[in-house]
Amino acid sequence: MTAPGAKPRLAVWKFSSCDGCQLTLLDREDELLAVADAVDIGYFLEATSAQVEGPYDVSLVEGSITTPHDVERIQEVRAASKVLITIGACATAGGIQGLRNFADVDEFVSVVYASPSFIDTLATSTAIADHVPVDLELRGCPIDGRQLLEVVGALLAGRKPVVSGQSVCVECKAAGNVCVLVAHGTPCLGPVTHAGCGALCPSYHRGCYGCFGPSESSMPESLAPALAAVGMDESDQGRFLRTFNAWAEPFRSASTVRLPDPHRRQP
Amino acid sequence: MSDDTTRTIKVEALARVEGEGAMHVEIRDGALVGVELQIYEPPRFFEAFLRGRRHTEPPDITARICGICPVAYQMSACEAIEDACGVVVDGPLRALRRLLYCGEWIESHTLHVYMLHAPDFLGYHGAIEMAADHRERVEQGLALKKVGNQIVEVLGGRAIHPLNVRVGGFYRVPTRRELQPVLDGLLRVREIAEGTVRWVGAFDMPDLTYDHELVALSRPDEYAVVGGNVVSSSGLDIPVSAFLDEFAEEHVARSNALHAYRSDGTRYLVGPMARFALGYDRLSESARAAAVEVGVGPDDRNPFRSIVVRAVEVLHAVDEAIGLIEAYEPPDQPAVPVEPRAGVGHGVSEAPRGLLYHRYTLDDEGFITDAVIVPPTSQNQPSIEADLFRLVEQNLDLDDDALRHVCEQSIRNHDPCISCATHFLDLTVDRG
Ligand code: SF4
Ligand code: SF4
Repeated sequence: MTAPGAKPRLAVWKFSSCDGCQLTLLDREDELLAVADAVDIGYFLEATSAQVEGPYDVSLVEGSITTPHDVERIQEVRAASKVLITIGACATAGGIQGLRNFADVDEFVSVVYASPSFIDTLATSTAIADHVPVDLELRGCPIDGRQLLEVVGALLAGRKPVVSGQSVCVECKAAGNVCVLVAHGTPCLGPVTHAGCGALCPSYHRGCYGCFGPSESSMPESLAPALAAVGMDESDQGRFLRTFNAWAEPFRSASTVRLPDPHRRQP
Repeated sequence: MSDDTTRTIKVEALARVEGEGAMHVEIRDGALVGVELQIYEPPRFFEAFLRGRRHTEPPDITARICGICPVAYQMSACEAIEDACGVVVDGPLRALRRLLYCGEWIESHTLHVYMLHAPDFLGYHGAIEMAADHRERVEQGLALKKVGNQIVEVLGGRAIHPLNVRVGGFYRVPTRRELQPVLDGLLRVREIAEGTVRWVGAFDMPDLTYDHELVALSRPDEYAVVGGNVVSSSGLDIPVSAFLDEFAEEHVARSNALHAYRSDGTRYLVGPMARFALGYDRLSESARAAAVEVGVGPDDRNPFRSIVVRAVEVLHAVDEAIGLIEAYEPPDQPAVPVEPRAGVGHGVSEAPRGLLYHRYTLDDEGFITDAVIVPPTSQNQPSIEADLFRLVEQNLDLDDDALRHVCEQSIRNHDPCISCATHFLDLTVDRG
């Protein structure tokens, strides 16, 4: 695809999201210009109005699929991309806007908008991989900048990126933190959450709230007794699992067992 | 362009703004009939799914409305919930909130000035293209932005969606030692911040004046960011709790974003131009001196000068952050307890793009029963359209490409953040 000597062509796409994951790239202040020198930026609306036609060697996709138009557009992006990497909880799990999946979206529309008939939205917010094949998923809300560079760097060098599928607990131990769950009785999702952030929350005396989504062998059920022991009732546990990665298994089913009907308490 | 009677230009989504949208220009018999902004960022329903969550949750959840200004969402949310629960966060904790906010202003404004807006004035597609000719300049901008991010990282845990913010304060407050490298960084980039004002102050600008009513938060003792009254250039001065009596949101068919108006139906403008005009005498001395040097004053009403005002605000935020760190004494507790109770709370803070209002209704156990969020972009949209109307009217003789460029630039003057789905640009010009 790439002519010998030519730079690989990079594209960054946005679906339903907060722009935070693509901003992670612009926030690599020390490496940004070097990355920009190493690639040919074909499409990246947050950074440049210049646009080059595909095909693209690497596409980074942010955001979830929430409109009929998105469903078509992601097919085009996939067809134009050699390697497709999803970045962040929105793209890999439907994001915070995936909370609609547990509720009645028409009711949501009527809460936010006076004229619901103007709104064209799907009843669900779903991950990119639910629609097209994805080559690599980067977790996090937002993704971790160093991890993003590792992946882009590895692809440029033609090697396999190193991304751990273990839990935040592993990183927390490596960081030498005291366990906030055991030592302070602070509810923490670290044991069932995907590594990648470097165990940030426990380092700030806070329990992990799951922004990287489920780890590879995540078992929320096995954590339930520990959460109950620090005072979380069933519905609190359900809401704890039901945030930025609510639609990702097994957070989805474990939260649904605890919040059978709407995810919220009836007002 | 199609046939003789109808000319339509289809433009891809607008670059260098946050989010997605489109713009439609209608011209009949050579006269401008209408300009519409269409925000097509899909709705994300934050106000709906906040219902039923605990009073402790909005800072984490609403941060995800916008990756560019998460601190603003966290601060307005905290203020509103504390208000509902009858708690005032003051002293060193409030100082830390301001410091965190200074970091976001520096980071977000610098991103906009260097990466999104300056390329318009210098004729580049973006900062990366600009770096080919102005490498050192772009590197300086990145260094300045980095220090803004560094503040948010140290205090917030990470630059995007800080995790160390909670209702009542923080999970852990920094030690003086942890803030030292931040202070060193600020002192290092102070000169860059001054240089930025001079650099953008020398850009060629169209000579235009607009008469939007300006609205901002105001405090007698400081350039207001958190806490204060809502004031306007026409003399409005109200407590935050009266916000929804004076301002109302309306839903228009062409856009997923709600449009806000004064309750009498007139448009208004929030953001750096408004803050600057209404808080000029509370800017840091050096920020005011820099403004004087490049000739922007509180009476400035040319939206193209907003880039200069942003640079002045960055300098102010650098000065203020330096002062806050130098005076910092760690508080005894990282947060004050906030016990839930039934009630309604209002919170306003100054996001980089302008005033951001939250209102929550809580039941007696602290569960949210209703949430209202009025982001800056929805408030500015009618004014952005008014700017565009005038600009297009004056430039009808331009060809479509040139016209599109002027319009895009005019929209970027307001640094709209369309992620607020509430979010943004396809331009069509219908010259039928
Ligand atoms: S995953 Fe989080 S940070 Fe990334 S785009 Fe979605 S909401 Fe924003
Ligand atoms: S500790 Fe958990 S919630 Fe905190 S940043 Fe890491 S993954 Fe996200």
